Amino acid sequence: MKDFEFQTATTVDEAVSLLAARGERAKVLTGGTDLLVQLREGMREADMIVDVKKIDELMQLAYAADKGLTLGAAVPCYRIYGNSEIAAAYPALADSARIIGGWQIQSRASVGGNLCNSSPAADTIPSLIALDAVCHLAGPQGRRTVPVAEFCTAPGKNVLGRGEILATLVFPAPADNSGSAYLRFIPRNEMDIAVAGAGSWVRLNAAGDTIEAARVALAAVAPKPLAATSVSEFLAGRPAVEQTYEEAAELAKNAATPISDKRGTADYRRHLAGVLTRRTLAIAVARARGQQL
Amino acid sequence: MAKKTHVTTTINGQQVEFLCEARQSLLEVLRDVLHLTGSKEGCNNGNCGACTVLLDGLPVDSCLVLGVEVEAAEITTIEGVAQDSCLHPIQQCFLEDAALQCGVCTPGFIMTAKALLDRDPNPSEEEIRFQLAGNLCRCTGYDKIVRAVQDAGQIMGNQRGATSAAAQANGSRASKAKARAGSK
Ligand code: FES
Ligand code: FES
Repeated sequence: MKDFEFQTATTVDEAVSLLAARGERAKVLTGGTDLLVQLREGMREADMIVDVKKIDELMQLAYAADKGLTLGAAVPCYRIYGNSEIAAAYPALADSARIIGGWQIQSRASVGGNLCNSSPAADTIPSLIALDAVCHLAGPQGRRTVPVAEFCTAPGKNVLGRGEILATLVFPAPADNSGSAYLRFIPRNEMDIAVAGAGSWVRLNAAGDTIEAARVALAAVAPKPLAATSVSEFLAGRPAVEQTYEEAAELAKNAATPISDKRGTADYRRHLAGVLTRRTLAIAVARARGQQL
Repeated sequence: MAKKTHVTTTINGQQVEFLCEARQSLLEVLRDVLHLTGSKEGCNNGNCGACTVLLDGLPVDSCLVLGVEVEAAEITTIEGVAQDSCLHPIQQCFLEDAALQCGVCTPGFIMTAKALLDRDPNPSEEEIRFQLAGNLCRCTGYDKIVRAVQDAGQIMGNQRGATSAAAQANGSRASKAKARAGSK
């Protein structure tokens, strides 16, 4: 790996000014599990690395049932599934955090880093979209918010401008009778990159038999993580039964625009988008009804 | 020559100071600067876990941590697992259960297993396999590793539970080993 200058920022302003001064040549370091590999393999280059793990705002994990969740961009995955209240309130997020790499990776890798790496196959992003998370960004021009569904723009690309960082991800308070789930398909048991993934969130009526609202998002079937709005819109008002999930799966297959590569063919990925949509909907509904899954 | 940073950290209970370049991984620092060569480099990209150390109590791939990041941290490497001349139960069980062949993966497996068993000495087989998924072995086929971790967990649980633990634990392990040999 080529040498670089290493800076530890302790405030958001400090990180922003360091990054703004260097532009593309400076990179943000959270867990490093993508960045250090990319630098070592020459996929990215940097003259400066700015470690943001000493910034309190980026390390916060604050949850209140009536306020929602604020997740600092540098918080490692293990802290999310290790917090039983948060894992119960946002199960799709915990599902994602638990399957990124192995334990060693989860000790370091952050959800914010996974989002900023902006891979179409990222395991957290469908969950973030399904859970309606909003990115709070800080940059030289000040602060702004962007829904996660609009954050990624192309493989490895996102809306962050020069000197701009992701500070936190903010999730709405969990609605009554709601549940969520994330599943991915990989040919191995663990430690692999998704061939396809799906995250689903549903809110049921009080009786628990009808879907009042839903959000479905897909991984690795489009140039960026895909908010499957046609699926989400179809689900609103439908009975929470297998037949509904099957129809939603057909729509998810239509929404997918996958490519063929070493991980799978386009046809296979389209098929998986359907299967994973159906399964995550069933799990999300069961969780909304209070089942522990 | 590239600028070097002075880092002070704690490794295996001892305060250690070193100089390193920003680009150097913790693994490079451990092996090349501090000559703690127990941690192995398998892939150098976070896939194999041969470089696993405990950083503030958590298993991490030291090839994906920068040396400059460990200022004021607490690190445990494989060199810090045995106490004086006495092997740790995990090391002992890896030996007795033949949980290694070439041995390149072993330091990493032992560190992850230690993190797991320190938390819960009695994990299920599924939990062991899941938590050790970040450690790859090209030789053993994993079954013997899983068994060694189970056996070590039993000893560690006994040691924690009873005051006269050591003798008991050895006894129960010997009889368990016998029972297993008999069942084959
Ligand atoms: S050498 Fe670090 S994970 Fe393989
Ligand atoms: S014993 Fe050779 S890689 Fe595990």
